[in-house]
Amino acid sequence: MRLPPATRPEGSCPALHARTRLVCRFQDPEPADLSMEEESDTRKINNSFLRDHNYATEADIISTVEFNSSGELLATGDKGGRVVVFQREQESKSQPQRRGEYNVYSTFQSHEPEFDYLKSLEIEEKINKIKWLPQQNAAYFLLSTNDKTVKLWKISERDKRPEGYNLKDEDGRIRDPSTITSLRVPVLQPMDLMVEATARRIFSNAHTYHINSISVNSDLQTFISTDDLRVNLWNLEITDRSFNIVDIKPANMEELTEVITSAEFHPQQCHTFAYSSSKGSIRLCDMRQAALCDKHCKYFEEPEDPSTRSFFSEIISSISDVKFSHNGRYLMTRDYLTVKVWDLQMENKPLETYQVHDYLRGKLCSLYENDCIFDKFECVWNGSDSVIMTGSYNNFFRMFDRNTKRDVTLEASRENSKPRAILKPRKVCVGGKRRKDEISVDSLDFSKKILHTTWHPHENIIAVAATNNLYIFQDKVN
Amino acid sequence: MFPKGTKRKFSDSGEEPVPSGDPGPVVSSAAAARTLSSSYSLQRQSLLDMSLIKLQLCHMLVEPNLCRSVLIANTVRQIQEEMTQDGTWQIMTQALAAAQCPADRLVATEVLCRQTDAAAQAGQSPKPFSVVGLEDGYRSEEAVMEGDVESEVNMSTLSPVSPQLTSASYLAGPFGMGPCWEEEEEECDEDEEEDSEECVSEGEDGDRDHLTADSRTGEQVFGTFEIKHPAPPPDPALEELFSDVDPSYYDLDTVLTGMQSAPKMGPYDLLESLSSHGPTALSSSSSCRSDLNELDHIMEIIVGS
Repeated sequence: MRLPPATRPEGSCPALHARTRLVCRFQDPEPADLSMEEESDTRKINNSFLRDHNYATEADIISTVEFNSSGELLATGDKGGRVVVFQREQESKSQPQRRGEYNVYSTFQSHEPEFDYLKSLEIEEKINKIKWLPQQNAAYFLLSTNDKTVKLWKISERDKRPEGYNLKDEDGRIRDPSTITSLRVPVLQPMDLMVEATARRIFSNAHTYHINSISVNSDLQTFISTDDLRVNLWNLEITDRSFNIVDIKPANMEELTEVITSAEFHPQQCHTFAYSSSKGSIRLCDMRQAALCDKHCKYFEEPEDPSTRSFFSEIISSISDVKFSHNGRYLMTRDYLTVKVWDLQMENKPLETYQVHDYLRGKLCSLYENDCIFDKFECVWNGSDSVIMTGSYNNFFRMFDRNTKRDVTLEASRENSKPRAILKPRKVCVGGKRRKDEISVDSLDFSKKILHTTWHPHENIIAVAATNNLYIFQDKVN
Repeated sequence: MFPKGTKRKFSDSGEEPVPSGDPGPVVSSAAAARTLSSSYSLQRQSLLDMSLIKLQLCHMLVEPNLCRSVLIANTVRQIQEEMTQDGTWQIMTQALAAAQCPADRLVATEVLCRQTDAAAQAGQSPKPFSVVGLEDGYRSEEAVMEGDVESEVNMSTLSPVSPQLTSASYLAGPFGMGPCWEEEEEECDEDEEEDSEECVSEGEDGDRDHLTADSRTGEQVFGTFEIKHPAPPPDPALEELFSDVDPSYYDLDTVLTGMQSAPKMGPYDLLESLSSHGPTALSSSSSCRSDLNELDHIMEIIVGS
């Protein structure tokens, strides 16, 4: 057993340390808060992350989390098909300490369990992914998807209502025309703020397999939805047809040895997208070349290291997530043990490789046996593409500073994160003597896994989903 | 519901420390094939068993996690390839053939083991495993229940298998799971013992004997259910098999009961085959359930005695 090469003892990485002095903002259920802001009373009651572990059900397990492009909103999806949108509090001079706190803005049921009568199977309501559309007017739009169906939701506010119609009375009933003796001008009256979520489009019946990712194009008109074997291109306005742009289904399913695990559009070039596979490769495709992108224009793959070859080599090299950097120059991929950064100009090997939890390399057999080896960890960039973050087990998540090559392990847990507490770096001890504050590999809790995280697009605010709890941490103010 | 104790929770040994502390057999296959320690081949064998059981469970679902199934199937292919290279595969299949109940060791694998038989009989290097059943899962004509058993048989194009053998492997499927799972546990134990005593010499032979013994017990289990196999003389190993009751076993149960409550799913191919020797074969799912209940009852008697 050996230490992950990049690991350094706590305190020896001041640069990253400063960046990761994150303050927990969310465990803040003081009743005083509730009385201070009347309009948010009902929102707070809904906070699923404040529920006690014991009362949480399977449906509360968070299955995706995503900031919108301004960072003002944060959406989570869960296994029960619900979407919860959080909004950042406006900064107020009277309460400077409340800067940037996120509160529940809207909760709605995005997907319901369905039954496919043709195939006799149940379609889970679990939200696999949420993607925000860039904001173009006062309303917000997001795409949410379960295994089969993508939906476009509009989230809008209403704080006025029209009054004084001539043909309808206050309850909306049609008035008898003979009783109308005079005409009046309807007026808009202020009312309590109401946040409405309405399903605007439903994109269904295009996927035979399970949708694993969706991605909105930079042209703001199209998006792709990806399942195990195909990628489909949709226009946001058109729900009755989509174009199949990648199809890797073999004629004979017995010959199937590879599946698509994730796909994403380039952040600036609307014709370019990348998709990752279960064999550890990434393909970059150009939609200008052909309608069906069978042929990739770039193929990223790292040759296998014969010294670490095992029966699990292929499984652990399977890519669970692929993300373009904000500047569009790099690709980041997450496999079971590492996260890699690829330069789009270099296909034969990754630019950088970071060990997420190398101490699990000796435990792959057990992890295969209990199926953990198939867990799909996601990865994210910070706003400036200089730091990357991804999850691990035992409610740990990892951050890697690309410039200083320093890394840190942090823990998202109720015990450790009181309001405004500073997160302490954690360390996993590999063999030998266990020092104080270290945790041994054998006592890691593999049921507590952090699969989904998101990073605010401009600031150092992160959201981390730990089973049924959502943690939001931010750089320390002052 | 299946009686507890006839099978074990397969994730159990995952929580135990892996015997040699070196789970991923980190070996370059070609060079190491000749100097394989038996503990390595045992580990490989248990990995193979584990993978086959996982595949079997995948196969029971209408829409399995495709990525997971493909990765497991590739792992099986890889193991099989390596075993073919160092000759272990032949030994294993021969041992199985000698035991007169060829499918029984890999019973849990239904489709896969039929391919194995075929390959062994053909004496060629076996065709790589495929993710059969995935396609199955997505067939929309799944609703045609009657046709399923037959079409499945046809689908295994590799099968110069005699009808009897086919039915045997079908029957073996659900019943055989017990012995098969037991065996995995025993193997683990054996593995541990061997490691601790550093006794490597009798690994191969022991393993083979082990196989034979097991297939006999397996057959006897079938005999109990009056399936047309001549029952060998009573084997005390049978009692041992069932004496080790593991009440923590729920996983497979959940899967199975889940299936039962679901209106129509892939597993009925399997379940139906339970009754396919009788004239009432190819009946509705309710009769499958009653069959299962009967089975339950019999198993309870066995466990109770």
